[in-house]
Amino acid sequence: MDSSVGIVTAQRAQFDTPLRLSSGAVLPRYELVYETYGTLNADASNAILICHALSGHHHVAGIYENQPKNVGWWDNMVGPGKPIDTNRFFVIGLNNLGGCHGSTGPSSPDPETGKPYGSRFPVVTVEDWVESQARLATRLGIQQFAAVIGGSLGGMQALQWSLAHPNRVRHVLSIATAPRLTAQNIAFNDVARNAILTDPDFYGGDYYQHGVVPKRGLRLARMLGHITYLSDDAMADKFGRELRSGDYQYGYDIEFEIESYLRYQGDKFAGYFDANTYLLMTKALDYFDPARAHGDDLNKAFAEATSDFLVLSFTTDWRFSPERSRAITKALLHNRLNVSYGEITSTHGHDSFLMQHAHYFDLMRAYLNNVAREFA
Amino acid sequence: MNAHDPAKLASARPDFAAIAAWIPKGASVLDLGCGDGSLLRYLKETREARGYGVEISDQNIVACIQNGVNVIQGDIDSGLSGFESNAFDFVILSQTLQATRHTERLVKEMLRVGREGIVSFPNFGYWRARLNVLLGKMPVSDDLPYQWYDTPNVHLCTLDDFESFCTQHQVEILSRHVMTGDRTVYLLPNLSGSTAVYRFKRAV
Repeated sequence: MDSSVGIVTAQRAQFDTPLRLSSGAVLPRYELVYETYGTLNADASNAILICHALSGHHHVAGIYENQPKNVGWWDNMVGPGKPIDTNRFFVIGLNNLGGCHGSTGPSSPDPETGKPYGSRFPVVTVEDWVESQARLATRLGIQQFAAVIGGSLGGMQALQWSLAHPNRVRHVLSIATAPRLTAQNIAFNDVARNAILTDPDFYGGDYYQHGVVPKRGLRLARMLGHITYLSDDAMADKFGRELRSGDYQYGYDIEFEIESYLRYQGDKFAGYFDANTYLLMTKALDYFDPARAHGDDLNKAFAEATSDFLVLSFTTDWRFSPERSRAITKALLHNRLNVSYGEITSTHGHDSFLMQHAHYFDLMRAYLNNVAREFA
Repeated sequence: MNAHDPAKLASARPDFAAIAAWIPKGASVLDLGCGDGSLLRYLKETREARGYGVEISDQNIVACIQNGVNVIQGDIDSGLSGFESNAFDFVILSQTLQATRHTERLVKEMLRVGREGIVSFPNFGYWRARLNVLLGKMPVSDDLPYQWYDTPNVHLCTLDDFESFCTQHQVEILSRHVMTGDRTVYLLPNLSGSTAVYRFKRAV
């Protein structure tokens, strides 16, 4: 079943109204790059926003002209006849502020100097992203989303939508996420950040001027991330203790297949991702904590929410464990909100949320069928 | 799924109507082991109940969502720690009691989470069941459709058994409805009723 949205084109939206950020800093103007799939209906009631995770972007589905291999990161989920069905929904994917795929970020030129922002780019948070997304929605004529959907860091944005703009989102699909990171999770992020910050090519974030990128740090950060996104079992299944040459070499070159895989993934990532964006994204993860402003009471944090929720987790996800999603569910139950919670049996750890999985897709499809019925 | 009809459903599951009769309009309910969500949907449509189901099976989670009811995936045998005390008007255990492992703890949990509990279960004291055992066979019927080797029912009981359980566990029975098929049974219920539905609360 070939059900791709086909060839897509990225679009840009320029915003000249200053955006005051959580940190107090102000971005006087910024650009967001986004893609849309499907058709917005007459009363603009069929729009879905997809929020991306740490390394994601606006290219959610389809391919680019003359780049048949450049497939969107959630193409298995989004398309005609797929769970997020573009025959029924108008789907928006965007690159978040601070990203490195076209939206204004640390690698974009600072209009004041003409040079990349680098260390001068302010820290942005999940709350800031949701504000910028809300402005984009308004620009596109969408007063209320049928659904906001996200996994991992994207799930945090989906949750934040229900807190910041309860009347602008009817359904929130929160996948493999958490109401805030645990100390262990922040620790992983900090090791990743330290790899970048201590890379001699980092230059305090202003490496652009020096014509270098802190590749070694970014590569290590990604390698560490990858380990935590997979489960022990998935790694054992995929790589085991396989040796590339079949025998020990008694040296420090690549010997085990897992080493080869991680280094390859690290190199690939360091070749296209911006180190400052990586720092910023991990910080946004660390800071997200809606309960903090409510005396650490998550129940109170959701007191103003009115959306319906689908909360999903994956059994082997230890970075965003089912327990974290159950905590979200409990707070929603406390506030008597409509919520369904599914705990999906999967061997792929945190990465499961991006993978094709029959039951996961059945759940998404069933839930979104109900969402579509509300405006059909 | 679209051909869902409350009247049809009630005739297929007579305990649904019996349960619904005790639920005031707009009540909040938690349905433990809610299956495909039929009862919740029935209560939503006939009693405007605001409800959630708890289910362990993947297939049933999807079915509940298709039925338009809220469902939380979880194992009721490991407790109801995901639910706050006194969060619901009613906690229902429909045709599930006999299949729970930690039945004692679960009934206690039902009355922690809900103001009242409702259970329905197949009466093992029903004369056909007794006759089967007397003839040397485990009963197999519409209410007990399993063979001894594949049954999920590990805690079968009779009406009398359940009532003494309640007495021993400070549970006060508020109402009882005994049925055989869709016919209400008044005479010798422990012998002539195939299904029992009870409403109860914490005894004070």
